[in-house]
Amino acid sequence: MTIAATYREAASGAELPLLVTPPIEPLTLALFAGGSGDHNPIHLDRQFAAANGFDDVFAHGMLSMAYLGRLLSNWAPPERIREFTTRFISITPLRSVVMCSGTVAEIVTEGGLRLARLKLKTTLSDGTVTLTGEGLVQLD
Amino acid sequence: MLDKGKIGAETEEREIAVEAGMLALFCQAVGETNPIYRDQNAARDAGYRAIPTPPTYASVLANLAPAKIDLVIGVLGADLGRMLHGEQSFTQVKPIYVGDRIRLRQRIIDIYDKKGGALEFVVLETSATNQDDELCATMRTVAVLRN
Repeated sequence: MTIAATYREAASGAELPLLVTPPIEPLTLALFAGGSGDHNPIHLDRQFAAANGFDDVFAHGMLSMAYLGRLLSNWAPPERIREFTTRFISITPLRSVVMCSGTVAEIVTEGGLRLARLKLKTTLSDGTVTLTGEGLVQLD
Repeated sequence: MLDKGKIGAETEEREIAVEAGMLALFCQAVGETNPIYRDQNAARDAGYRAIPTPPTYASVLANLAPAKIDLVIGVLGADLGRMLHGEQSFTQVKPIYVGDRIRLRQRIIDIYDKKGGALEFVVLETSATNQDDELCATMRTVAVLRN
């Protein structure tokens, strides 16, 4: 499997360098609540989570999307990222380690410019897929 | 059941200044260490007019400048504890930089249900426009309600 270190090496089928996060601790979620402006108590307050049918608080979906955003902007400067889309498939429990991966699905031409269409994914250590997504990155 | 008559409802336009300190907190929270997001000189050296913002930051600006009445919780009357984030997309037209003043407006574009109403979906679209009246980003959010 070919690794494309940056967008300059983009080729169909190539993989982006993996990004693996440290475990998500309660502190991570507190910082993310403040830093992202999402103060939903389901991510911070165990009692509130329990009252809504969850064993414990769990991570914001947008935290995992931000991790994927790091994967993308390590690979290409942020102004080149035209589209970035995710679906939130399953919940990310506390202490999860999140593995962010991406593959160049195809290189397309649009308005005379070459773009890389990426398939993106976040996966937990036990293999659970938490997010799937796509990116569209301008190469020229 | 959510009132489908609320499709088309929109928030007032809110405005927020993009601040380096808030961006640094976000970067700390998500483990982003790229100096272009934290250091003006590094951003300038990389060819930017100011510090650029990372890929999902437009949604952070929307959170930091909440509408007077939230569309899902306030207008539709959904219960926050039953709400999950289903999908999120960003279309970038122009970069957003530290120092920009970004105006945001959100609209309900669809409401539908599945499994006989056990799951309801609200599709929201948010636009982010800068101080020069340039559209910077369009965001699409799908909120899921577990009934």
